[in-house]
Amino acid sequence: MKLGSEGGTLPPWRHPAFRTGAREMMSIAPGISAWGLVTGVAMVKALGVPLSLLMSMVVFAGSAQLAALPLIAAGAPVWVVWATALCVNLRFVIFSAQWRPYFAHLPLVQRLRLGYFTADLNYVLFMKRFREPRPSAEQLPYFWGGVSLNWCAWQIPSVAGILLGERVPTHWGLGFAGTLALLGLMNTLLSDRATWVAAAVAGCAAVAAYALPLRLNIVVAIAAAVAMGLLMEQLPRQRRSA
Amino acid sequence: MSGAEAVLTILGLGLITVLTRSFFFLSQREMPLPAWLKQGLRYAPLAALAAVVVPEVVMTQGELIHTWQDARLFAVAAGSAWFWWRRGILGTIVSGTAVLLVLRLGLGW
Repeated sequence: MKLGSEGGTLPPWRHPAFRTGAREMMSIAPGISAWGLVTGVAMVKALGVPLSLLMSMVVFAGSAQLAALPLIAAGAPVWVVWATALCVNLRFVIFSAQWRPYFAHLPLVQRLRLGYFTADLNYVLFMKRFREPRPSAEQLPYFWGGVSLNWCAWQIPSVAGILLGERVPTHWGLGFAGTLALLGLMNTLLSDRATWVAAAVAGCAAVAAYALPLRLNIVVAIAAAVAMGLLMEQLPRQRRSA
Repeated sequence: MSGAEAVLTILGLGLITVLTRSFFFLSQREMPLPAWLKQGLRYAPLAALAAVVVPEVVMTQGELIHTWQDARLFAVAAGSAWFWWRRGILGTIVSGTAVLLVLRLGLGW
């Protein structure tokens, strides 16, 4: 393991930033766990225990898993399942453009390993902490701290959900704890007027475009919010120059 | 779908996870992004969160909800109130979930 090679001489879990990364993920973890549990229950209904365990460990992308389940259960062609997951994951392609300046200098095997672990919330927390897009020694330890906790917070309840199946009271709406975790994280990013407007635009666009298949409404919402954010930044400048 | 086919499908899905998440850092060749795009992408994390959260709160089965008697609305109000009062994500989750469970199990909303 050469994970520590970029974080100085220490292995990443010995670096203080590892704890910081884990601690910042900790407050969101209950939401992730509730979500993992609900996803585990949904998987075992469609696939049975062995395949569900395989899917949980190998795929590790909740919304793509949930989108693929009914298709696999209905015996859809393999390429349809894959194309669906690809579309549901398009947001990660956007995120990866932002990861690039931090990760591009690393060896390929390590970049692929990072790729597996870079879930949505790790992305949000990392970009919040390291706003300057250039590598620094504490980034990888911070990253590994966050993703290790996130991985466990997702996988342990997911496996529990797979094994417990119907005994989990999903009708209580426990999965909503995941939405509340995202809400809290979203609130931490709201600061000036441009961010409030961008969030409102994204929310409205996501609702308006909800009928699009394959969760493409998320991609539409991101595009709309990015455009609106840029516009908001341009407006005052133009007014001054006018 | 046979067992082997299901395993193949799942392995392919895993590959899709890795490839989409690392898409733009798979290659080390120069990849100049225009400055305005870099600037705009700063809004992407916030937008992605809002795009997931808002439909989860105000929609049911792909339709906007038509009632205010929905436990989710109050859960979000409680969670947000907690956040702007105390600034904690954990408290947001706990207070929101508590309100949700009380309304859903108690009143059937």
